[in-house]
Amino acid sequence: MGRAHQSRDGGAKPHMRFAYNWRPKYYHPVSALEDWRAAFQRSPKRDTDFETMSGVPVEPVYGPADGEFPGQFPYTRGLHASMYRSRLWTMRQFAGFGTASDTNARFKELLRSGSSGLSTAFDMPTLLGCDSDNELAEGEVGRAGVAIDTLADMEELFADIDLGVVSTSMTINSPAPIVLAMYIAVADKTGIARSMLSGTIQNDILKEYQAQKEYIFPPRSSMRLVSDVVRFCSAEMPRWHPVSISGYHIREAGSTAAQELAFTLGNGFAYVEAALAAGLAIDEFAPRLSFFFNAHIDFFEEIAKYRAARRIWAHWMRDRYGARDQRSMMMRFHTQTAGVSLTAQQPEVNVARVAIEALAGVLGGTQSLHTDSFDEALALPTEKAARIALRTQQMIAHETGVAHVADPLGGSWFVEALTDEMERRALALLGHVDQLGNGSMLEGTIEAIEAGWFQAEIAEASYQFQRKLNGGRWVLVGANGFTEGNDEEDPPTLYIDESVEERQRKGLAAIKQTRNADAVRQALARIATDAADPTINLMPAFINAVACYSTLGEIVSTLEEQFGRWTEPSGY
Amino acid sequence: MTVRVLVAKVGLDGHDRGAKVVARLLRDAGMEVIYAGLRQTPAMIAAIALQEDVDVVGLSMHNAAHRTLAPKVVLALRDAGLDTAVIVGGIVPDVDIPYLLEAGVRSVLGPGSSAEALVQAVRDAAERVQDDLDAPR
Repeated sequence: MGRAHQSRDGGAKPHMRFAYNWRPKYYHPVSALEDWRAAFQRSPKRDTDFETMSGVPVEPVYGPADGEFPGQFPYTRGLHASMYRSRLWTMRQFAGFGTASDTNARFKELLRSGSSGLSTAFDMPTLLGCDSDNELAEGEVGRAGVAIDTLADMEELFADIDLGVVSTSMTINSPAPIVLAMYIAVADKTGIARSMLSGTIQNDILKEYQAQKEYIFPPRSSMRLVSDVVRFCSAEMPRWHPVSISGYHIREAGSTAAQELAFTLGNGFAYVEAALAAGLAIDEFAPRLSFFFNAHIDFFEEIAKYRAARRIWAHWMRDRYGARDQRSMMMRFHTQTAGVSLTAQQPEVNVARVAIEALAGVLGGTQSLHTDSFDEALALPTEKAARIALRTQQMIAHETGVAHVADPLGGSWFVEALTDEMERRALALLGHVDQLGNGSMLEGTIEAIEAGWFQAEIAEASYQFQRKLNGGRWVLVGANGFTEGNDEEDPPTLYIDESVEERQRKGLAAIKQTRNADAVRQALARIATDAADPTINLMPAFINAVACYSTLGEIVSTLEEQFGRWTEPSGY
Repeated sequence: MTVRVLVAKVGLDGHDRGAKVVARLLRDAGMEVIYAGLRQTPAMIAAIALQEDVDVVGLSMHNAAHRTLAPKVVLALRDAGLDTAVIVGGIVPDVDIPYLLEAGVRSVLGPGSSAEALVQAVRDAAERVQDDLDAPR
């Protein structure tokens, strides 16, 4: 406001200046508060009493009239004017084990007990594009998630679940485009329009090299696959989030909160630059980008981290990448409580840890939340432990009253100072990557991965924390303090018997027998041809290949012939 | 004698935080550490153990495949003519520990094990291998 319009040759054009300053009649920007109030009044409200337990009425937000309000740039205080008064966060519990039909049963149980979205965990062979009958998969089939070899497994996984209604998150990265192709093929076969599909595919390959280490191909080829998914989804799946830029694993691998913040946002900017380079316009895809953060145990630091993340994203998207659509500047995120914070000793105590971490996510304004089960330091969760985890969220949502007010900690001197400090530290790390790439976050990120910089930074932070633990400078209840009760027997854990692997292999063998072998050969040949030409989007070839029951492993091997395989720089 | 340890991840699992921290803690304790890193097969581990003449192999496992893979590493070492001790660390349910010990794993360190317990377990394992070698045949 207030800046005179300049024409291209530098001279002011009086008639244009008038036009530039014109505002519609109903727009009277009196104050941030007025703006907020207008937005709040337009938002739907949940049908509940917004008052304290004792009947004291509660305002939707608190703060000075000239301060920043939720729903306003740079969104430090939250993305929406009314936050959880309109809609609670999505309670999305991650689940997956055994065969597709085992997980299908768990999904249905979660939907029955009030989960509002599904989230799929895949087993290690699937995450690495390895079929269940591969020698390398031995002992890992269906163990840490569900095993998916062909479209048949995907059909079973979502049997009797309406994909046009439910929103599904799939946590998979290296083979993400192929698994997404399977999901699309299931929808195609059951007559659900692609445009109706809603959900998220993680598809965040950069943090695999940095932290989670489930990579297959070298970084540049992988980035092409990510861009192909982004392009495909912008064109055909407007309700789908094509990348979930994830700090969760970076933190689990041992980073600090500021590193999690910086590396995650940095990866986000790298994907933005890759999509721009692929010819998309910023506001075409940026509104569908979403994030995924950890909720660790240091309560205020986590809240500050989320607030700083929104602020940095908004500024960079507007000022560096020229976004005009507000939604491109809004950093939406999912939160999961920190698996690494849970102890195997006195595991019941983890229920309390998870509650505190989940509360940090909510006070930090998360859009969706997964609460860990208390037995996750022992094994995959039992049904009972998973239910307690979901109940913890429901308790926070409906009993504590924290969902009445947006950003209730905004204005706290501590939280505001910590938010600024998180921002400062993250910007310093982002600056380093930007410099490495000579002004390109994409190049800087890939170079830092190739040099092992992120990996070393994370390993160093995790080592330093371990030293604190060992020296007793950090007390972890049950692990290095308050250990009475540690010798009690563990609660019953989920046991996945070895027959899962056998059943999965038999199923795969049957599919290979009955499918049309010629169609598979042709479909794989098309993938090889398309992969050789970086201007072709591989998604259609993937959908074609999965539809005739080519296996995940066959498709990945075909790609590997073109792209090669990544080995990371060694060191510890 | 300086203890030589091979720290490795076996199978597809990529969780390498624990393995890296363990490698550094053992190095801090004055041991010689060979860090093999991710995605090792039992045969690869046996080959490195032979070549590097290690006293102990430490396997870090978070993928619930310990029942299948840990015994295979023990077998691969024995096939290579080595009696190197194998220690498993990571997420192993208590009910699986007797099975692993039965299969020839020397000891199992669960989550939250202290640095002292770790170093002690490796020293004990190395000593026992040494004792066995020194024993009259």
